[in-house]
Amino acid sequence: MTTTFREPPVGMPSRGADLARRVLADRRAVLGLALLGALFLLAFAGPHLAKWHWTDTDFAAMREPPSAGHWFGTTQSGRDVYALTLRGMQKSLLIGICAAVLSTGLAALVGTVAGYAGGWADRALMWGTDLLLVLPAFLVVAVLSPAFRAAWPLLVLLLAAFMWMVTARMVRQMTISLKRREFVLAARYLGVGPARIVVRHILPHLGSLLIIDGTLNVSVAIIAESGLSYFGFGVQPPDSSLGTLIAEGTGAATTFPWLFGFAAGLLVLIVLAVNLVGDGLRDALDPAAKGGDR
Amino acid sequence: MAGFLVRRLLNYGVLVVLAASLAYLLAAATLRPRAEFAERSPRPPAAVVDAQLTALNLNDKTPLARRYATWASGVLHGDLGRTLNGDPVAPELLRRALVSVRLLLVGTVLGGVLGVLAGAYAAVRQYRPSDRLITVGSFVVLSTPVFVLAVLLQLGAERVNQATGVRIFEWVGEYTPGHGAGPLARLGGRLQHLVLPTLAIVLTQVAVVSRYQRHLMLDVLGADYVRTAMARGLTRRRALLRHGLRTALAPVTTYFAYTFGFVLLGAMFTEKIFGWHGMGGWLIDSVHRGDVNAVAAVNLLAAVLVLLAGLAADAAHGLLDPRVRTGR
Amino acid sequence: MTVLEVRDLRVTFRNGTVPAVRGISLAVGRGEVLGIVGESGCGKSATALALTGLLPPGARATGSVRLRGRELIGLTDAELARVRGRDIAMVFQDPMSALTPVRPVGDQIAETVQIHQGAGRTAARARAVELLDLVGVPDPARRARAYPHELSGGMRQRVMIAMAVANDPAVIVADEPTTALDGTVQARVLRVLRAARDATGAAIVLITHDLGVAAGLADRVMVMYAGRAVETGPVDEVYARPRMPYTIGLLQSVPRLDGRPPFAPAEDTADRPRLVPIEGHPPVPGRLPGGCPFAPRCPVAEPRCREAEPDLRPVGADGRAVACVRDIRDPAGVYPRPVPPPPAVPVPSDRRWRRPVLEVSGLTRHHPLYTGGRLRRRTGTVRAVDGIEFDIREGETLGLVGESGGGKTTALMEILRLRAPQAGRIAVLGQDTATLTAARRKALRRDVQVVFQDPLASLDPRMRVADILAEPLTAHGARRRAAAGRVGELLALVGLGAELAGRYPGNLSGGQRQRVAIARALATEPRLVLLDEPVSALDVSVQAGVLNLLEDLKARLGLAYLLVAHDLAVVRHVADRVAVMYLGRIVELGEVPQVYHRPAHPYTRALLSAVPVPDPPRERRRRSVALPGDRPDPADPPAGCRFRTRCPRHAALDPVRARRCLQVDPEPVRVGDDQLTACHYPEAMTP
Repeated sequence: MTTTFREPPVGMPSRGADLARRVLADRRAVLGLALLGALFLLAFAGPHLAKWHWTDTDFAAMREPPSAGHWFGTTQSGRDVYALTLRGMQKSLLIGICAAVLSTGLAALVGTVAGYAGGWADRALMWGTDLLLVLPAFLVVAVLSPAFRAAWPLLVLLLAAFMWMVTARMVRQMTISLKRREFVLAARYLGVGPARIVVRHILPHLGSLLIIDGTLNVSVAIIAESGLSYFGFGVQPPDSSLGTLIAEGTGAATTFPWLFGFAAGLLVLIVLAVNLVGDGLRDALDPAAKGGDR
Repeated sequence: MAGFLVRRLLNYGVLVVLAASLAYLLAAATLRPRAEFAERSPRPPAAVVDAQLTALNLNDKTPLARRYATWASGVLHGDLGRTLNGDPVAPELLRRALVSVRLLLVGTVLGGVLGVLAGAYAAVRQYRPSDRLITVGSFVVLSTPVFVLAVLLQLGAERVNQATGVRIFEWVGEYTPGHGAGPLARLGGRLQHLVLPTLAIVLTQVAVVSRYQRHLMLDVLGADYVRTAMARGLTRRRALLRHGLRTALAPVTTYFAYTFGFVLLGAMFTEKIFGWHGMGGWLIDSVHRGDVNAVAAVNLLAAVLVLLAGLAADAAHGLLDPRVRTGR
Repeated sequence: MTVLEVRDLRVTFRNGTVPAVRGISLAVGRGEVLGIVGESGCGKSATALALTGLLPPGARATGSVRLRGRELIGLTDAELARVRGRDIAMVFQDPMSALTPVRPVGDQIAETVQIHQGAGRTAARARAVELLDLVGVPDPARRARAYPHELSGGMRQRVMIAMAVANDPAVIVADEPTTALDGTVQARVLRVLRAARDATGAAIVLITHDLGVAAGLADRVMVMYAGRAVETGPVDEVYARPRMPYTIGLLQSVPRLDGRPPFAPAEDTADRPRLVPIEGHPPVPGRLPGGCPFAPRCPVAEPRCREAEPDLRPVGADGRAVACVRDIRDPAGVYPRPVPPPPAVPVPSDRRWRRPVLEVSGLTRHHPLYTGGRLRRRTGTVRAVDGIEFDIREGETLGLVGESGGGKTTALMEILRLRAPQAGRIAVLGQDTATLTAARRKALRRDVQVVFQDPLASLDPRMRVADILAEPLTAHGARRRAAAGRVGELLALVGLGAELAGRYPGNLSGGQRQRVAIARALATEPRLVLLDEPVSALDVSVQAGVLNLLEDLKARLGLAYLLVAHDLAVVRHVADRVAVMYLGRIVELGEVPQVYHRPAHPYTRALLSAVPVPDPPRERRRRSVALPGDRPDPADPPAGCRFRTRCPRHAALDPVRARRCLQVDPEPVRVGDDQLTACHYPEAMTP
């Protein structure tokens, strides 16, 4: 007999509408979404506003500070920093989102299969997961980096391959505990088959975890990509990513701040926006994670 | 407990062997040390290159399995092979590792402790300005990649140096060569060089740990046993400190184990940016040069360290939480 | 001498938006026990926390709480800290979560002593050991060094009491002190609490939902409903002549061990009279109806009841007061006499002629035992169910009773699997589960259904009631349309309106949820329903309605039930036969009236004697059989008779006869017409 107070019994709108309402009620999520929207717009619509393409070289302007002609200035070889930065943003956003979706999907697959099947399948999958955790991910990506010149999707695959393990363990753990929950037991003993139980009773309960994880993975992937590119192991020249731009600008950060500042600032903004959305989603979708009343 | 630790150690051992072997095989199969030799000017004859490579166990004409066998038996005898320059890897690794330790130790420990304190404090002051400040601060730091953070710190330091007219902060290398005569001045110089990179590590560490600790502590705020402690006559603050924080501390150890790998990775960036010649910088340079044995050695050490951290976390968790020790 | 006086105490949660306590006043004298009884959400726990200033952040208390004349409301945390633990102490409900898991219990007791008496570390620790000894913890010096998880529930609760009496407080507030405990353990803890009161002269405020517990310990009671006191007075008076319809309903809805309803005329001799439920469910705090909050559920409500909320007004002498506009003198006439169950599907009256629905023999289930969270390893085998035998025939209810760790639920789950058990045999409707093909097993699932303890856990929170009820039908091949068509029918069967079909489980009351769970179990028209503690998560007033429903359904549909329960009074009301489990074995099996009147096994006797009776004079006279020590580890049961380590009869035997208990594992022997017991020296045979 504890003094807990449940919400009063009132008619409820559908789950989806309710979810949207809760997410939109979270100030951080809204702020993050708006910011992210603006950044997307800038990355994909922005290049059409300026006359310089990222491959162009303006021999008349080398290492020029921002001006009406070159909004973000130019590099020492006369390339337009604005165009380069937006190109880098496109790459970073694309790689980040693809890698996150892939890795979360993989985590969901491995986690539910291992958790629900149990036994040998579980042990084998988890051993593989542990192995990937100790594998030198950095080295694998680094030595394969020359191949990215031809195919950046390979970088996405590699990033995803090294990001899913912790989530898979979480999904597995949740699947196991869901499997023991009484409503799943009840369904089982009512005669409902395993595939149907996973789809109808288990996946809906993992939904919010996966959405949150997927979102936060976007920022992890973006940071990982730009970090690798920073050291020359990610996106390869002549293509550019925010990481490569920052690496080029670092040495001259004090004397030619535009080379460093725009790329770095936009990178931080992207990650911040994604994290805001992720955190907001976590609070909106997973009341247990909040840990306290508001 | 002892028997259990032994078994866990064995399991870890298998993982270390696998990880290290995979790293070697990968590096040996894909890196191109030959290029480093063949493209020297004047261009040496092929036979000489082959001989040099074979001497270093780097010749890609030798089957991979044979090279691996040579390397592995060497490792078993404590010989990690030679670098491209022909120097033994082991002493260099040790030297580099010590540099990394000097950089990492202060930063990680200080960052961990401060992170726990900041997180616990934020949780107790939930939704008040101090909590918001800590939460938002850690959020922004977490969203800033290390290589951006480091540059920002350098820019800030430069401002301070200019404003004061004294070089308070140094950020290139571990010490300024030829700087200062006495041992005291040398120590001072080293400390000067330590401040900025340490700050970079501390900030990230505090951001990560405080978020986690805040979360754990929030779970504990409403715990029944904290209420019981208050019913005994402790004030809320003391009850939270003596019973809440003490209980919420145990799971953090697990978290340290999880993040140790990331700490190493972050350190690599930090070393590189601040020009310290540590393990991380060496790994990056070696990958670029195609120095297989150095790469394999760093990975071996990293794998051992990560798993040792896991073991230490297990032991610490057991020490802090009696439930883990005796079961249930 | 009044030590604690409360005037117009009000508590709100969520920054004033949810009123939990709406103005209560009380006074407790030295050595007096005040029982506060009520159902979930009535504000009794909030009252307890407000008395000690331990309300969570966001909650606010106003009014006056005077402890020995000193006002506590409005004191700062630091000032309150000096009072708490010294002048006013608290015993909480769940001693597992209420003790710091990472500190030895002795240190936690010592801390109380150190804070208030300024004692040194060593002296405080020595005092802690003394206190543990005082509350009857054996081997106190060793136990003081134990961590909470290493102690049993009863032991932990005694640690809590030791902590509470450490500084001879003037008042002890005990919030559901025995709710999380097994029956026999509860009896011991209540004795300790009583002894602590006698030794220290402390006043006790006992907060409980269990009318039996209050009857035995309290001098006066206060019945709470919707955040207010609705009736107060001396415990004997209130229980014998309640004047508020809610109190009357509460007393009538409690299942009783003797099966006799309260206030019944003497000529009522039905062996198993029906319980009288209160319609509806307790209001949600913050959403009270206008007027008297009980009016919507009250059978004798008048229009004026809905106009204004009645105040507590004195009636008669002895400080009795009641918040009801009516003047009720005859409690028996308030609630309508329950309708007898509708005519049953005819079954032969003689058990032997009825067809068996479930036959179990030699059923065994052993679990591997792991210890450690992250450091998991196997350390033994729990013999959860270790060879049990019983059968259930059509139209019959078998109650499976016993305390936690006895193996009741494991046995139920084992039957539910419809697979070959580790050892032994299970046959459902004559079909051996070991020989079933997958298709036959699925077909058989239609006939065997289950209702779990907590409907909130057993109903998928993300599915609507209509989908929940349709699921078993579609799983067995019904078309969606046909299944949807039956939803209304099923809801009506369990007494719910069709308008609930669109709701989610989270938006139903506890009683409604459990009715939905029952409806789901009945969807496939089963022959056997397994009930795992079906009412223990429900409030008393709601529980009676669900129990009656189960009885009606059994009669109407000719069902057979296997009812797993820890509450012997519930089993008394619902079951025809009963099996008592201890450490994985059935120690006694037989017809309910016989077993309850003449228990043959000493464990059954102890269990029955430990049940508190909601009748103060009888409850005070009740002498429960004390079982020494704790339940042995089911991973390491004693050799010979498993009960001998705690058996009072074994302890009284001469060494020659006692040797049999030590060496021979007793087989079930017949001690009556339909009564078996696994004891070498059963009651019926030893005069």
